[in-house]
Amino acid sequence: MTPIQLKTGAPGARILGFGSYRPRRRVTNAELSEVMETNDEWIQSRVGIAERRWASEDETLVEMAVAAGGKALAASGLAPDEVDLVVLATASLQYPIPGIGPQVAHRLGIPRPGAFDLNAGCAGFCYSLEMASNAVRSGSARNVLVVGAERLTDVTDQSDRATAVIFADGAGAVVVGAADEPGIGPVVWGSDGDQHSAIEMVAGNDGKMIMAGQTVYRWATTKLTATLEQAMAAAGVGPDDIDVFAPHQANLRIIESMHKKVGFPERTVVARDIVTTGNTSAASIPLALSALLESGEAKSGDLALVLGYGAGLTFAGQVLRLP
Amino acid sequence: MSEDIQAGLAEILEEVAGVAPADATPEKSFTEDLDVDSLSMVEIATEVENKFGVAIPDDELANIKTVGDAITYITANRG
Repeated sequence: MTPIQLKTGAPGARILGFGSYRPRRRVTNAELSEVMETNDEWIQSRVGIAERRWASEDETLVEMAVAAGGKALAASGLAPDEVDLVVLATASLQYPIPGIGPQVAHRLGIPRPGAFDLNAGCAGFCYSLEMASNAVRSGSARNVLVVGAERLTDVTDQSDRATAVIFADGAGAVVVGAADEPGIGPVVWGSDGDQHSAIEMVAGNDGKMIMAGQTVYRWATTKLTATLEQAMAAAGVGPDDIDVFAPHQANLRIIESMHKKVGFPERTVVARDIVTTGNTSAASIPLALSALLESGEAKSGDLALVLGYGAGLTFAGQVLRLP
Repeated sequence: MSEDIQAGLAEILEEVAGVAPADATPEKSFTEDLDVDSLSMVEIATEVENKFGVAIPDDELANIKTVGDAITYITANRG
C-alpha cells in the first residue's frame, strides 16, 4: 500500500503586515440623535461610541476588503503570487452565493488561491487567524491573506436605537507567513450555542439583526476573562508580558471590564478604537491594531492579546507578535 | 436578615454605580431614582450572585425595578 505523503510546513507562523479601510462617511452621535430617540450622553455612557463610519453605496464589502487586503499585502512586502490562501471573515454578506473571498483574491491579482468566506460573527477574525496559522504550519499555504470586512449597516434595523448606534462598517486585513519564532500563539476558542438567539437576524424583523444586549454583556463580562487567561497561558505568557490588549471592539464598557479583571500592568496599551469606529464585528481587531501601529502607540515586536466574540455565540483568543 | 441583604446590596450599588449607601433604600427605583442603566443592572446581578449565591437570569432581572424588589428576590431565592 502506498502511503499518503504529507507536506512539511513552517515551524511557526506570524503576521507580516496589517492593512485597513475605513469608510469615508463619519456619523456622529449628534447626527443620529436627529433621526432617532437618542443622544450623545446616552450612547457614550452605554457603549462608549462618539462616532462611527458608515459605508456609502460604492464602498461595498468587496471594495473595502480589496482596499484593506491590498494595504496588508503591500505592508508584508510580498508579491500577490506568493499568497496561496485567502480567508475572508464576514457576517454581513447579504447574498452569500458566491462567497467574496475568490473575487477579492482575483481583484488583488492573487492567482487562483484557495479562497473562502468564514462566518464566526465578531469572532471571525480570530478564527480566520487560526486557519491561516495552521495552513502555514501544515504546509498547505506559504502565505495567507486574512481579511475581516463588514457592512453591518446593511443588516442593522436603523429604527432600533439599541443596535443602530453601535454597528458600523469597515475592513481590516493581515498577511500571515512562515516564521522560525512563532508570532501567533495557540488559539483558545469555543462556542456557546445555547445562546444562539442572543444576536441573530430574524425574518420577522425584515431580516435585520436583533441583539439581547444584557445577555451578551453578561456573557462577555463573566465568561470570557477565563478565555483571555487561557490564551495567555497557552502561549506561555502572563498579563505582565502583554504590550497591547486588543479585544473585539463591541462596547467600551466590556473592554474596560475585561481590562480591569485581567489586571494588566499600567504600560499595557488598550485598544479603544470603538470610540471613533463603532462595532465593526470581524473587522474590529485588525482595524484597532492598524490604528495603534499607525499612531505609534503600538510598535513592531510588541506582544498583543486579542479576543474575538459574538454571534453564535462564538469566541476565540490568542497572543500575537506585532509585525 | 433583610437588613443584611440591604446592606450588601448597598455595597454592590456603591461599587458598580457609585450610589451613596444611604440612598439605597427599598422604595428606590434603580433606573428612575438611582440612575442605574441596563448594563449596570447586569453587573449588579453578577455581584449579587458572587455575594449571595443567588443567580438572577435576564428575564427575572427585567422584573426587578426597585431595591425592595431585589431584596425580596434575594431573600426568596437564597438557599
